[in-house]
Amino acid sequence: MTTRIVELRQGILKKNDELARQLRARFEAAGVLVLNLVSSPGTGKTEFLQKTLTALRQQGLRAAALVGDLETDNDARRLAASGVPVRQINTHGICHLEAEMVRTHLDTWDQTRPEDLDYLFIENVGNLVCPSSYDLGERIRVALLSVTEGEDKPLKYPTLFNSADAAIITKIDIAEAVGFDREAAIRNIREIRPGIRIFETSAKTGAGMPEWLDYLGKQCTKRLQRS
Amino acid sequence: MHELSIVTSVVESVTESLANYPGARVLQVRLRVGALSAVIEDSLQFCYGIAIEGTPLAASKLVVNTVPVTVHCQACGRDGALPSLQHFHCPHCDAPATDVRTGRELEIESIEIEDAPEVVAP
Repeated sequence: MTTRIVELRQGILKKNDELARQLRARFEAAGVLVLNLVSSPGTGKTEFLQKTLTALRQQGLRAAALVGDLETDNDARRLAASGVPVRQINTHGICHLEAEMVRTHLDTWDQTRPEDLDYLFIENVGNLVCPSSYDLGERIRVALLSVTEGEDKPLKYPTLFNSADAAIITKIDIAEAVGFDREAAIRNIREIRPGIRIFETSAKTGAGMPEWLDYLGKQCTKRLQRS
Repeated sequence: MHELSIVTSVVESVTESLANYPGARVLQVRLRVGALSAVIEDSLQFCYGIAIEGTPLAASKLVVNTVPVTVHCQACGRDGALPSLQHFHCPHCDAPATDVRTGRELEIESIEIEDAPEVVAP
């Protein structure tokens, strides 16, 4: 019996990464800005996104959202109140979204094509670990952290925060009541991702939303070309 | 807990590559896993035992080689190992480090196989 070593040297997630590359190329060609929103369950992703979608729609911009959950279409129904096209992705137990799920739902989404959009938001499954490994073809990965979660969250989940392009602190309207240490939270985020853009927001009061919307405006190539 | 998804991909990829080695038995599968990949080795090992059942990898062992996080420093131009996953700074000059060079790997490095026994004509 002979044994031998066979070098494979291939990425474990190569199928996902290849698909994500194809999606990214398609999104770039379509001029649509795609964002992947990642946070713990209960951080306020859906509320934050609903306010974002409503504001974009009021500005006459074309946005849509894909929302991932283990079960139920509750979030999709909440987001639909913003008046933009929303599609639920049920993962049925899978703790993250994968590029294949994004492609499948885009391909079967009547009357909503990336080519017709300025923005596509992908709200990931509430989880700070597993979504970090899966590229969805997004241009901007957003990590969200609420004032109720503890300022050391970024230190506990370095993989996600290090891979993020922007960070959002949510629910700042209740920061004082829960004893949130703003400086510590910002220091911890920057400890993991030096120089990252941080937005401090409240979906309830609207605080910080103008700065966030201004950032979105500057990132969208299609809008910049139009203006 | 996406380790099951990860090892399922590993089993699929290795099974595909076995097409070139008909009848071979897999003895070992070696992975390179970055310290910043958000994958836990214990979970990988546990899920691997489940994922290989009934596959050509059923008798194989999983070996996980951890790849440390290294950064390239824009300030001093040197590369080095990150002092800690909670402190993304250059190990030489302590400037903030954003350029991660290694530590995110999720790769199948190699497999060890035993060739099929030669059939001897009677």
